Amino acid sequence: MIIDCPHCGSRDSGEFFMRGQAAGPRPEYADGQDAFAVYVYDRTNLAGMQREHWYHAAGCRSWLVVERDTRSHVVGSVAIAGKAVA
Amino acid sequence: MTRKSQGGLVDRALPISFTFNGRPMQGYSGDTLASALIANGVKIVGRSFKYHRPRGILTDGADEPNALLTLHRGARALPNSKAPMVELVEGLEAFSQNCWPSPRFDLMAINGLFSPIFVAGFYYKTFMWPAAFWERVYEPLIRRAAGLGKLSDRPDPDTYDRSHAFADVLVVGAGAAGLTAALAAARLGKRVILVDQDSRPGGRLLAERCEIDGRAGAEWASAAIAELAEHDKVTVLTRTALFGAYDGRSYGAVEQVSEHLPDPASGMPRQRYWKIVAEQAIFATGATERPIAFTGNDRPGVMMASAVQTYVNRFAALPGRRAAVFTQCDSGYAVAADLAAAGVEVVAIIDPRSGDKPGVDATAAVIHGEVVGTHGKCLKTITVRNMDGKTEKLKVDLLAVAGGWNPNIGFASHLGQRPAWSEPLQAFVQDTPPDGMHFVGAAAGRYCVSAAIDDARGKVAALFGREGEVAAIFEEPSLAPPLVVSGCDKKAFVDFQHDVTVSDVVLAEQEGYASVEHLKRYTTLGMATDQGKIGQVLGHALLARQQGKGIAAVGTIAARPPHTPVCIGALAGIHRGEHLKPTRLTPTHDWAASQGASFVNAGLWKRAQWYTRPGDADWIDSAVREAKAVRSAVGICDVSTLGKIEVAGPDAALLLDRLYCNAMASLAAGKVRYGVMLREDGFVFDDGTVARIADDRFVISTTTANAVAVMRHIDYALQVIWPDLDAKACSVTENWAQVAVAGPNSRALLQRLLPDIDLSNSAFPFMGALEGRWSGAPMRLFRISFSGELAYEIAVPTGLGDALMRMLTELGSDLGCTPYGLEALGILRIEKGHAAGGELNGQVTAGDLGLGRMVSKKKDFIGRALAERPALAHSDRQVLVGLAPVDPSHRVTGGSHILPVGVPVSAVHDAGHVTSVAFSPTKGRWIALGLLARGADRIGEVVNVVSPVRETSMEMIVSSPVFVDPEGERLRG
Repeated sequence: MIIDCPHCGSRDSGEFFMRGQAAGPRPEYADGQDAFAVYVYDRTNLAGMQREHWYHAAGCRSWLVVERDTRSHVVGSVAIAGKAVA
Repeated sequence: MTRKSQGGLVDRALPISFTFNGRPMQGYSGDTLASALIANGVKIVGRSFKYHRPRGILTDGADEPNALLTLHRGARALPNSKAPMVELVEGLEAFSQNCWPSPRFDLMAINGLFSPIFVAGFYYKTFMWPAAFWERVYEPLIRRAAGLGKLSDRPDPDTYDRSHAFADVLVVGAGAAGLTAALAAARLGKRVILVDQDSRPGGRLLAERCEIDGRAGAEWASAAIAELAEHDKVTVLTRTALFGAYDGRSYGAVEQVSEHLPDPASGMPRQRYWKIVAEQAIFATGATERPIAFTGNDRPGVMMASAVQTYVNRFAALPGRRAAVFTQCDSGYAVAADLAAAGVEVVAIIDPRSGDKPGVDATAAVIHGEVVGTHGKCLKTITVRNMDGKTEKLKVDLLAVAGGWNPNIGFASHLGQRPAWSEPLQAFVQDTPPDGMHFVGAAAGRYCVSAAIDDARGKVAALFGREGEVAAIFEEPSLAPPLVVSGCDKKAFVDFQHDVTVSDVVLAEQEGYASVEHLKRYTTLGMATDQGKIGQVLGHALLARQQGKGIAAVGTIAARPPHTPVCIGALAGIHRGEHLKPTRLTPTHDWAASQGASFVNAGLWKRAQWYTRPGDADWIDSAVREAKAVRSAVGICDVSTLGKIEVAGPDAALLLDRLYCNAMASLAAGKVRYGVMLREDGFVFDDGTVARIADDRFVISTTTANAVAVMRHIDYALQVIWPDLDAKACSVTENWAQVAVAGPNSRALLQRLLPDIDLSNSAFPFMGALEGRWSGAPMRLFRISFSGELAYEIAVPTGLGDALMRMLTELGSDLGCTPYGLEALGILRIEKGHAAGGELNGQVTAGDLGLGRMVSKKKDFIGRALAERPALAHSDRQVLVGLAPVDPSHRVTGGSHILPVGVPVSAVHDAGHVTSVAFSPTKGRWIALGLLARGADRIGEVVNVVSPVRETSMEMIVSSPVFVDPEGERLRG
C-alpha cells in the first residue's frame, strides 16, 4: 500500500501506524457514557471505502485521514486529520 | 547417453559434472538439471507423494510435479527443487525425495497396494479418533510415509539481498510476446523492467522450431535482448521469478544471484528479493500444457508434449527412442515432427478429435482414438482404443501428451480477480484483469507466435495512446475441452504431485463436495508445491462433468501468492538473528559492560540486568547486593530508556490536564508530579512523572515499553481531538541520558557533583525539579524516587551520559556508590509496591492499582467517562496486593494463581494471579505483587498460590503492596 502523505509525498504503508476507522468527534464528559461508548466502540466494519486514521510515524508524525478500500487496499483521498472535514 | 551429437542450445565445449543420488553424471553448460538427467538416461527421479509410485520428469517448467529434488547437503540442503528450474552447475549434488532406499526400489511402494484406503478425504476418514493419537501416532506416521523433502534444521549459511525497483512497465516473461512488449515500451522511452525465470530469455522460442522475421526464434530473442540492452531505461532480470502481485501495483520477485555459479565471489548473495512497483504490468507468462486423464498417465516415459519439445530442441536430449503422441490440439503434431526430425521413431499420433486436421502435417500414422493404458515400470507399451472401441498395443518408451493449454493468469487472482471460462479457447482467461495488469500472448490465449506478437505490440500501443497501431481483432480458434478418457480408473491421475486420481474426484463429488473450494480441501487437489498448475483445471472439468454442468458454472480456484515457492531466507534477507530488529544501546552501555553488566533485551533496548562482582554466587546474589546498597548507601542506574517527551506552549498545562487522570494544571513550576494516563475506555494506559520546567514547558516521562505509543497518543490528542490547543509535543528520549541516583547517600554524592547547587531538603525538597549546568552543558535534576529511598534522577545530554556515570562512580567511591541493574530496580519497586509491566497489563483501572483517589472528579480527561462504568469500579475487581510466603523458605514464581485455602484447585475458584516476584533483602524472603479479587478486604488472609505449570503450591499471606517504609519517610528525608 502506498499513501500520499500531504507533507512527505508518496510513501510505503510500512512507515505508518494504522489506528482504525476514523471515529467521529470526541464527545465531552458531560455528554455521558453512552456517547463515549459510541465514540470508542462503534465501528461499521464495512467492506469498501472507509475513512481511517493513519499516523506517519516514520515521517512527519502527522495524523492523517486516509480513505482506503478495505477489500483491495486502494487508497482514495488523504488529508491532514485536524483539517479534514469530519 | 541420449544426447544428440549436435544441435540444441547447450555448449558441448563446457562439460559440467554433477551427481544424482551419488552417481556421477555429466551435462553441459546451458543444461537444466532435468535436461541433464534426461541426457543421462535417467527415467525415474522420485516416488509419488501418497502411493510411492515411480515417477519421471513430466514437464519443463515451474509446473513440474514429479522431479522435486533436494539439492546440496548439510545446512545448504534445498528440498523440493524443481529439476527443470535448476540450472546445472559444476559439482551440483541432487537427491531424490520421498523414497527409501532408492527411487528405483522403494519399500514404501507398498502404499500402492493399500490405495483403497488413501482415497479422497483419507486424512479425515482415517485419522479421526481418538484425538490423543493425532500428535503421537498419526502425525509422525503420515510424515514418515508421505513426505516432500526435509529441511536441514540448521541455520542457513547463505546471505540474501533485497532491492526495490520502480518502472513504468513491468514485463513478466521474455518469450515472443514479452520481448515484443518490452521492445515496444522501450522504444516509447518508458522505464521497463523485464523479468524472466529462465537463465536464457526466449521462452518457448527456445523450444519450438519457428521463425520470426526470417530468423530462428532463439536468434530473434537474442537480437531483441541486444536491442533492449541499448536502452538505458530498461532493466532485464533473468533467473528472476515473479511470485506475487500485491496492492499498490507492487510485485515480488526472487532473482537467483549465485546459485548457478560454480564458485561465487565471497559475500555474494544466494538470491535477491525484488520489490517492484510498476504503473503497468504486462504478463507475457505463456500457457501451461494440460495433461489428459487416462489410466497409467503417470508412468515414467509419459511426458507433456511441450516438455518433450523443449528437451529435444533446446537441450538435444532425447527422452525416448520410440515415441507416440497423444494429442487433442495441433501443437502435438509439431512435437511429432520435431521428434522425427531428431531421429526418434514416431509410431503413431493418437488424436481423439474426429475428422482431418487441415493445415496440419502428420509425421506418423494418425489413430483417431485414445490411450487407455500404459505398461512397464518405465514405459514399454501403451494400449490405444480407436473410435470403434478396438484396442491395440503399441511398443513405445515415450508418450508425449498434448491435452491443450491453460493460460498462465494466476497473478490476476492474487488481487482477487476470478478467472472466466472462454468457450472458444476452452480455458480460463482473464477478461477483466485488475487495474494496471495486462495479459498478452499465450497468457491471453494467443498461442500462435504471430498472434502473440501482434497482441503484445497492440496492447502496449493502446496503453500509451497509440491506437493507430492496435492489432486487428483476434479470431479465437475452436479448441478442445480438458479430456478425461472414459472408463479410466484409480490409476488415472489428475494432480500428480498429491496423487489425486479421477476416482478421488468422482468420489468427492458423490460425497457432496460440489464446489471447487471444497473439492480442493477434501482431495488436496491443487494444494502441492505446483499449486495446481498442472492438474487443477482438469480436475475442475471432471467435477463439472460429474455434475452435468458446464465448466463455466463450476469455476476454478483463485491462485494465491506465491506463484512459485520462495525460500524464507530470501524474504528475511539480512533481517536475521540480531539484525531482525535494530538494537538500542543506552548512553552508558560501554561503561556498564566494563563494570561486568549482563544485559537483557527490553524492547529494542539492551539494559544492564545486574553487575557481577567477585563473591556473587549467582544473579540473585548480585541483584540483592545491589538493592541492599541502594537501601543502605547509594546506587546508580541508567534510566535513559524511559520515554521523555517535552510539551510546550500556552495550552501545554491544559493538554496535560486532559491526558492525565490526575490534576496537572495546578502543578507549580519547579515541581514534579506522578501521573497516570488512561485510555479512552477507562483502563490504565501508562504512568510516569510530569515535571514543570517553566510555566509553559513540561517534560514528562513514560514507561520504556510505551514511549512510542504515548508520543503517538499525544499527537493524536493534539492533532485530531483538540487541534485548537496551542501546544506542541516532541520526543526527547534520545536526547537525554538520565541516571537514577538512589539511597541515603545520594544527596552527598550529588552535592559533590554539583557543588554550586544547594541540594538541602529545604532548598530542593521531594518532588522538586531544576535546570542547571554540568560540564558546560544543560542539566536537569528531578527529586523523584522509584526505590522508595532518598533519590534523584539527573539528566544530561546523551553524549555526556558516559562521563556522568564515570564521574559519579569516582566521586562516590567512599560513599558505597554501587551500579545497579534492572533486577535490583525490580526488587526495590516491588518492595515499595510500585506497579510496572506485570501490573500495567491493559486490563487494570487506576482503582485496581490503589490509585483511585488520584482520579480527578473536577475535569474532563481521556478515559474519565468510561472509567466510571459500574464494572470498572466494582467491589469484586482484582486489585493490587502484596504476598509473602507463610514459610519463609518458599520461593514463589510469577504467573502463579491465587485461590482461597481449602478449595479445589480449579478455574472456578481462581481469585487472581501473581504479577511480580522478587527476593526481598529487607524482608529476608521472597515476596510478590499480585492482583486479587477484593484484595483490599483480604489483608492478613492466607491464600493458596498455585502454579499448575510448575506443579508448585504454597500458602501466602496477603498484605498491603507496600512492604518497605509505608509512610514514605525515607524519600522525603
